[in-house]
Amino acid sequence: MSTKEMNHLDKLEAQSVYILREAYANFKSLVMLWSIGKDSTVLLWLARKAFFSHVPFPLVHIDTNYKIPEMIQYRDRLALEYKLNMVYGQNTEALKNKQTYPDGTIDRLSCCKNLKTDALKNTLAGTWPRWRMDHNLKKYVPDEDKEPYTGVIVGARADEEGSRSKERYFSPRDKYSDWDVGDQPPELWNQFKTDFAPGTHIRIHPLLDWTELDIWEYIERESIPVVPLYFDQGKGERYRSLGCYPCTFPVKSTAKNIKEIIAELKTGKFKNIAERSGRAQDKEDGGLETLRKQGYM
Amino acid sequence: MENLIDKAKKLFGGETMNIDLMPKMNIVVVGHVDHGKSTLVGRLLADTDSLPQGKLDQVKADCQRNAKPFEYAFLLDALKDERAQGITIDTARCFFKSKKRQYIIIDAPGHIEFLKNMVSGAARAEAALLLIDAKEGIRENSKRHGYLLSMLGIKQITVCVNKMDLVSYSEEVFNQIEKDYRAFLQQIGVVPEQFIPIAAFHGDNMVLKSDKMPWYKGPSILEMLDQFKKAQPPENQVFRMPVQSIYKFTADGDDRRIIAGKVETGKISAGDDVIFLPSNKRCKVKTIEGFNIPAQKSVAAGHSTGVTLTEELYLQRGDIMCKLDETLPQVSSLLQVKLFWMNKRPLVMGKEYKLKIGTAKVSVYVKKINHVLDASNLNSAQKTQVERHDVAELVLETKTPVAFDLTGDIEATGRFVIVDEYDISGGGIITSMIRDEQADVRDQVVLREQKWDFSIVDRGARAKKYGHQPKFILLTGKVGVDKKTIAKEIEKDLFESGCKTYFLGIGNLLRGLDVDLDKKARGEHIRRMGEVAHIWMDAGLIVVATASNLNDEELRMLQEVVSRDQVMIVNVGKNEFRQGLVDVQLEANAPAAESVKKIRALLTEQKVFAV
Repeated sequence: MSTKEMNHLDKLEAQSVYILREAYANFKSLVMLWSIGKDSTVLLWLARKAFFSHVPFPLVHIDTNYKIPEMIQYRDRLALEYKLNMVYGQNTEALKNKQTYPDGTIDRLSCCKNLKTDALKNTLAGTWPRWRMDHNLKKYVPDEDKEPYTGVIVGARADEEGSRSKERYFSPRDKYSDWDVGDQPPELWNQFKTDFAPGTHIRIHPLLDWTELDIWEYIERESIPVVPLYFDQGKGERYRSLGCYPCTFPVKSTAKNIKEIIAELKTGKFKNIAERSGRAQDKEDGGLETLRKQGYM
Repeated sequence: MENLIDKAKKLFGGETMNIDLMPKMNIVVVGHVDHGKSTLVGRLLADTDSLPQGKLDQVKADCQRNAKPFEYAFLLDALKDERAQGITIDTARCFFKSKKRQYIIIDAPGHIEFLKNMVSGAARAEAALLLIDAKEGIRENSKRHGYLLSMLGIKQITVCVNKMDLVSYSEEVFNQIEKDYRAFLQQIGVVPEQFIPIAAFHGDNMVLKSDKMPWYKGPSILEMLDQFKKAQPPENQVFRMPVQSIYKFTADGDDRRIIAGKVETGKISAGDDVIFLPSNKRCKVKTIEGFNIPAQKSVAAGHSTGVTLTEELYLQRGDIMCKLDETLPQVSSLLQVKLFWMNKRPLVMGKEYKLKIGTAKVSVYVKKINHVLDASNLNSAQKTQVERHDVAELVLETKTPVAFDLTGDIEATGRFVIVDEYDISGGGIITSMIRDEQADVRDQVVLREQKWDFSIVDRGARAKKYGHQPKFILLTGKVGVDKKTIAKEIEKDLFESGCKTYFLGIGNLLRGLDVDLDKKARGEHIRRMGEVAHIWMDAGLIVVATASNLNDEELRMLQEVVSRDQVMIVNVGKNEFRQGLVDVQLEANAPAAESVKKIRALLTEQKVFAV
């Protein structure tokens, strides 16, 4: 008797689950970044696949304080429902001193660096405060744990943007979070870099081989809840990629649900329009590659 | 030329086609520098209408303005610039399509650390195009890359003899290259799918058949690509699942103990008898687990899955789960391998490395260098170490035995990487198994386990009732260091705390069970002690025994007879064993109470009392 042939989603799922389990088996201080967007939400779902409905590591969100409010509500709803070990970090200093783009004091890229890159680095390192969801109180409390996180699972996809296509599944960063694109460890036969010198940390990219369409097809197949911001609410526009509201713009679309998004992508409508085209910071000088070299995800 | 592109577009391009919807195939393009990799890729992109509109004309116009001849490499560079601005075409992964499917070219040329990138890319490819310049002929990397492709397990290889225009489209030149290169490939066991004469720059035999080479009757490059077969997970082979982890997440009252892994080959069903190797533990599959999927009775190759067993066996990551009634993998500490090396630091004898195979990771040494091959001509070089870009045939010795298959039988469990300090530095395939000193005992033990008649009292239940796992504590050391006193004190201490335990006096065996043996049959005496301990452990006991003057091989034999992770080796006095073999080191004249404390601490650490 032969079993059903695996389709492309089955294969992607099997590979991502394998990578997640390798990460969990090899890194003690492991976390998953959850941006609340569709990709990292699929990643969260794949973790539940890998660990049979459990998520055995913290989920870390960097709250810039400028996220679209629905995103935060959705985050906390799922955190409670899935009993996630939910942690968030923030650049409270920059917000207090009004060193942000919406405050009009700095440009977009510098704002990203302050609110995202620096907040991320210091939250991971444990040098800035973290807040953790207390499931009894159903609210966030200051986190006692100050240990650095050395393995970070990220939902980057190779087809999103040029610099991401050069990534490996397991990608070491040195202690300054620098990424040496030219000299990366070899990866073959599902053997990844799992040994590393003190001071380095590893980023793990289980979604590297997924496309935007794969993500939506998988969301549909698995009935994964997503933020409604991805759907047209009647204004003839929707978000294709989510971020901070001062720098994220919707695309023209009348897709009202997952099925319609899939149909829309299949028409090839966005074929020559970058998925992150609604993200203003990518268009600044240097763009995402500069941000990524500094440690942006 | 324009004409040809238009014709090709009409045939193969489809404006309405959305490439995301098509089946995908990863291919890799390799060959000696300047033999035309960029040209081939650029031309395929152009002829299959996979370029942004107007791009080709724009690059050509740029070239004309700057009075330099157009090259497809410029086109690839231009795409790279454009991608940096956010459009999703990419030179690290180029996409193009035929009517049949979408192709992803992994790792197009241009990287500094070429080999590491080529290997990372090629290892994921399902097929390869290897280019040879018709005018320059076979060069060093033509051969090296051919050899690497074969080691990486890429079965579908097509050789493209490029720049045929420079040799006046000569059939003789083509035939000569085919003959020579085929002979080379034959030496390394590769049978290429096809040799295709092309002039990539002019589009000859790329998408459409060229009228300049009427003597060539085979397919064009794109037709050839479309003939390549999609690999399906090898479900029809024997079952292999390297154990990734054992999960017991207790949140929300979950009491499942799940053995997780990816099924590399074959298929497993609930109720199947399985054996874990090299640890030699036998059990039965109870359920197949998953999240957000319908209940399933079996799972086949390609899936990342998890199973529960009918008993709670002590298992570890790294073992391979196999089906008891199928051909089992090999187990040995000696491996005959072929390997390629990627690290600037050479691979040397006498240094400890890590071998990663499946999910196992063990210490490994180079035992013997049979040949270091110059991969470009397959001549043996007289070398005592393996340098970067070398290919070598070696014997490796692992510190503890590993389970594996020969690459020729099952690829996934027949290949490995070597880690030097923190870096994956080499990759290789296992070509044959060498029987090590424990091979005979191991064979006998596998047979014993296969035929073992289990009682209906299961091992997990027994451990729970007794409050501990079974264990074999073996004290060794020179004659006269009084191991026995310590052994008996441990037995007493464990007994008084409620454990089921027994001191096994080796002298008691000599005059009973071993009465038929010659005094000199030391190995057999030790083996029998192991077998007796094994029976007591099956009964759930913590067995304590002593034996003087054991050597490395004798300890290893005991680790075969009694499962390795169930033996605790305690050395009293001077330690002359190979590093890592001894679990507890005790001083010769230390107070017994102190020694007992040390051993107890390790028992606790090894979770013997956690049931």
